[in-house]
Amino acid sequence: MRGEAGAAGRAGPVRAASRVAGRAATRAWLFAALIGAWWAWSAGSTSVYFPPLAKILRTLWSQWAVGPARAQLGSSLEHLVLGYAIAGLAGIGIGALLWSLRYLREATSPYMYFLYVLPAPVLVPAVITIFGIGAAMKVVIIAFAAVWPTLLNTLDGMRGVDPVKLDTARALGMSAARRTFTVVLPAAAPQVVAGLRNSLQVSIVLMVVSEWVASTGGIGYYIVNAQESFDYLGMWSGILMLAIVGCAANLLFVLAENRLLYWHYGARAAERRA
Amino acid sequence: MMGQSPQPSVVALRGVRKAYPLRGGGQRLALADVTFEVARGEFACVVGPSGAGKTTLLRCLAGLAMPTSGVVEFEGTPLRQVPAGVGVVFQDYGRSLFPWLTVRGNVDLALKARGVAREARPGRIAEVLASVGLADVGRSYPWQLSGGMQQRVAIARALACRPDLLLMDEPFASVDAQTRFGLEDLILRVRDESGVTVVFVTHDIDEAVYLADRVIVLSAAPGVVSEVIDIALPRPRDQVATKRDETFAAYREHLLGLVMTR
Repeated sequence: MRGEAGAAGRAGPVRAASRVAGRAATRAWLFAALIGAWWAWSAGSTSVYFPPLAKILRTLWSQWAVGPARAQLGSSLEHLVLGYAIAGLAGIGIGALLWSLRYLREATSPYMYFLYVLPAPVLVPAVITIFGIGAAMKVVIIAFAAVWPTLLNTLDGMRGVDPVKLDTARALGMSAARRTFTVVLPAAAPQVVAGLRNSLQVSIVLMVVSEWVASTGGIGYYIVNAQESFDYLGMWSGILMLAIVGCAANLLFVLAENRLLYWHYGARAAERRA
Repeated sequence: MMGQSPQPSVVALRGVRKAYPLRGGGQRLALADVTFEVARGEFACVVGPSGAGKTTLLRCLAGLAMPTSGVVEFEGTPLRQVPAGVGVVFQDYGRSLFPWLTVRGNVDLALKARGVAREARPGRIAEVLASVGLADVGRSYPWQLSGGMQQRVAIARALACRPDLLLMDEPFASVDAQTRFGLEDLILRVRDESGVTVVFVTHDIDEAVYLADRVIVLSAAPGVVSEVIDIALPRPRDQVATKRDETFAAYREHLLGLVMTR
């Protein structure tokens, strides 16, 4: 029996790693094929709207890697990181608070869902009126729009915790606070993380939207500005940059998720084998 | 009927009644009137037909549920919450163990919750894991272990703070027969070594007779104690010899009659 346990412990990460590698390969060939096709198709292009990929990549390098647009990238990332961090922490915090205070939860629930379904970009004008057009406005917009998926998922996840786990926690003599932090939140973690992933997508969208309106900085501003001044190379380079930011943010998220929820995927795989 | 207990009781139920409100009004009576005591060091099994309120009874014994009327006394004081001297093992280890913690982490949490000092914890973890035969798997996660091993982790966790009373709710119902026999002998050995009082809820008559000093029979819902039977089988018990005993068969037949007809 001990051997069985040891084997599972050793083979787990190795098998997981080879699975990840396999999945990466499956995706890589299509990615390479699409980029190749774009490259070949656009190579001889003389259209100002669809410049050759090679040229876009050169612009990407000269503008975003070593050029002046680096400041725009920095400003965007700053707002994104700050807004997303606030949304994530507030989402988990408020979600946990509402979970523990039933009356508050029931009283606020209709407004929550109202604000959740309200498309956040329509609030941009209102937020500008209150916070002006500086960095604060952008961070507020991102945080406000991105807080809902995390908040509602946290609340749902905590409410869905197996009652046997709660009984167990009480039977072990845990205080209410300890139960919340050492049992309920970890048990809800898979759903909280799903909420955080959703919030990340919303954050990136609102990062761009907040830069379109009354702004003189950021990737979103750069793209619109380039388009309005007929700089289509610049526009495409901005779009590519945005895609890179999105991919990088998701990659970091998945890496963190795999570490944090290692136990969850392990337990699920064990269940399937049983 | 109760049998004379020379030692003071660890846990006593007096006229315990438990009703659950039903959705849309009315109520369901799970326990009508349950009275019994369990003496220090005793191994008591509670059996009854399915739906007899066995789990409700155990939740009341643990302080996880409050009786609608009647009293549950633990070491002489009425229960309000789960007392420090009680350990609980639930039926489904897959649901009661915390999968985000290792085996050590699960046991450690029990010690932390009861305020055991940091320096004292590693030693106690090693000790209690060794006592259930899991000395080498502390770093594994529960889901990396077999079902029987997982339930042993749950037992170790319940024993971590050296409880006076161990409550077990059909703890071996989710494992296969061979594993169950092993776990039954394990719990008897643990009881002998630690002297812990055990209340063991089961629907398995053979298991109850094999383990118990005394079997408490619940009627069909709403539950009352329909009979209490002292099991005068010699100890140590043995899976083959004890179950071959004619007395064992007689107890078994008698209990089966009680559980089947009511």
